Amino acid sequence: MSLEHFTGDFPIVVEGLKTAFGDHVIHEGLDLSVRRGEILGVVGGSGTGKSVLMRAIIGLQPAADGRIEVLGEEIAGDHADDDIDIRARWGVLFQGGALFSTLTVAENIEVPLKEFYPEISPTLRREIARYKVMLSGLPDDAADKYPSELSGGMKKRAGLARALAMDPELLFLDEPTAGLDPIGAAAFDQLTRELQDTLGHTVFLITHDLDTLHEICDRVAVIADKRVIAVGTIPELLALDHPWIQQYFNGPRGRAAQDAQARVRAGVRAGTKAMDKPGGRGA
Amino acid sequence: MREWAEFSIAEGEGGARGVVLSGPLVVASIGRLDAQLRGIEGPFTHIDLSGVGEVDTVGAWTVWRFARDSGADIVGASDKARRLIAAVHRSELEEESTAGAAALSPEGMAALTGKFVIAYGQGVKHFLAFLGELIVALATLVRHPSRMRWTSVVRQFDLVGIRALPIIGLMSFLVGIVIAQQGAVQLEQFGAEIYTINLTGRLSFRELGVLMTAIMVAGRSGSSFAAQIGTMKLTEEIDAMRTIGVSPMEALVVPRVLASTFMLMVLGFYAAILSIIGGAFISMYSLEIPFWTFLSRIQEVVPNHDMWVGLIKGPVFGLIIALAGCYQGMRVEGNSEAVGIRTTVAVVQAIFAVIVLDAFFAVFFTEVGWG
Repeated sequence: MSLEHFTGDFPIVVEGLKTAFGDHVIHEGLDLSVRRGEILGVVGGSGTGKSVLMRAIIGLQPAADGRIEVLGEEIAGDHADDDIDIRARWGVLFQGGALFSTLTVAENIEVPLKEFYPEISPTLRREIARYKVMLSGLPDDAADKYPSELSGGMKKRAGLARALAMDPELLFLDEPTAGLDPIGAAAFDQLTRELQDTLGHTVFLITHDLDTLHEICDRVAVIADKRVIAVGTIPELLALDHPWIQQYFNGPRGRAAQDAQARVRAGVRAGTKAMDKPGGRGA
Repeated sequence: MREWAEFSIAEGEGGARGVVLSGPLVVASIGRLDAQLRGIEGPFTHIDLSGVGEVDTVGAWTVWRFARDSGADIVGASDKARRLIAAVHRSELEEESTAGAAALSPEGMAALTGKFVIAYGQGVKHFLAFLGELIVALATLVRHPSRMRWTSVVRQFDLVGIRALPIIGLMSFLVGIVIAQQGAVQLEQFGAEIYTINLTGRLSFRELGVLMTAIMVAGRSGSSFAAQIGTMKLTEEIDAMRTIGVSPMEALVVPRVLASTFMLMVLGFYAAILSIIGGAFISMYSLEIPFWTFLSRIQEVVPNHDMWVGLIKGPVFGLIIALAGCYQGMRVEGNSEAVGIRTTVAVVQAIFAVIVLDAFFAVFFTEVGWG
């Protein structure tokens, strides 16, 4: 098992990806490279295959054509149980949290640790689990609760804690703020950013939340017409003349998010904001 | 080959005693080091991290905890290590009370018994409440027949009854063969093999047809009632129904209860017929009784009330199976494991209750002269 962290520039490289359910083609000729240490937001209309792209990258959805390389290794979509080595190096937060409902939050976090590193003593494992619970912003007593006893926002945090259990180099977040109240969503954004600043992992983030895009994403990839039509910072995307992008970012909600962002900038400019730096924040 | 994090102890001047860590301090390499660090005796003045490669939160946590417990300073940490250790420090955990579960004391036993009894009492209460709701729903449907969901009822008739025909038919046919064949072997010893016909006919109508069918339906449909309603409960579909104004009792439970009650009567009769055919079939070969002779003898030796015994028991068993399945389904709460547990309980309870009642019926019908 490799202890070396990935040192290349692009932990995720997708080339010419084609995915399809029967005759229904989701992606065709999709290219995407994610830079190391960035938070990449992925947007697209409903049904454009954002989640399918994520599932393809993590090897849950076989690709009909094309090449996917994660952390320098080829993902063979049709052998979902291979690539164990890689699986220890990424964390995934599914849309609904996908916590194991018969285990407590702490036990959920311990699952990947137990699976990959059985030599870690139960005491340390328990400490790691409790630490990750704190790290994800859950109250301490949440560790021994079952998923059904948690609110929607807490489930997301618990899911994030499990995704972070192995200190992954790559973090996949599927709509992390969907269904959260604005305060909870903002706090989750903040958490994602802070964790990324501290731990230095690369984040692949699917979202519909314009505030999230403005607030924490270094770059944004837009999926439309079965492929990634543009990748860049939001100002770069706005400069493009694509109708969907214009509608998305300049619609009433997009405007509101931009105004909010402008107000934040005009006010306290706390540290370097994500938008100011075009991409790569290597470790 | 995996690289492990390691440590050595450095004795310095003036009583300074430090721990020097080396290798990567990451989740993959920390397992042994953690165990070793817990084993060594302090105090130490410093922890030297200058020889450390990669660090992650688990490594940072281990270093920080060791520093806290041994009162040592952390020196030589890289930028990343410092940042991570600071992050650990920010979210310092309260010491966890490690009091395990209390051993089983007499008080504990008494408390457990009490809890069990209370839970049992609650269960009885819940079941009575469920029965009450069901009766109210049935009464409502009698008064407003237009609210009856006939589509749903017909669908359940199909699922519980029609689709069970092949398997129950085959099962009964085989059971008939077994009774006739085994019965014949014993009765032959008295030269009374002709009574095989009485044995097969009466047993099939009174007992085996309906009992075996009840067990099969409990396994087939009782479990699916519990699992389906339970899953709907988990996914909040039941709550959604209530908010729309649809009574889950009327929409889900009543059709299933009706289907199970009515269909078990019919299936039980069908099973008895198939069982007799099975008996007739084997008798043709082993006893050389012609098939049609066997059947016409059945008419003479099986009294009419034997058929009625089966037809009366069937609906009662069906009702019990549907009640157990639907009730357990409605009681599902929390997680997917509960669906499994409740489904098992539904089937076990249904079969157990059916057999207990069957024993009661056996005595009852004999006493009233239908022996």
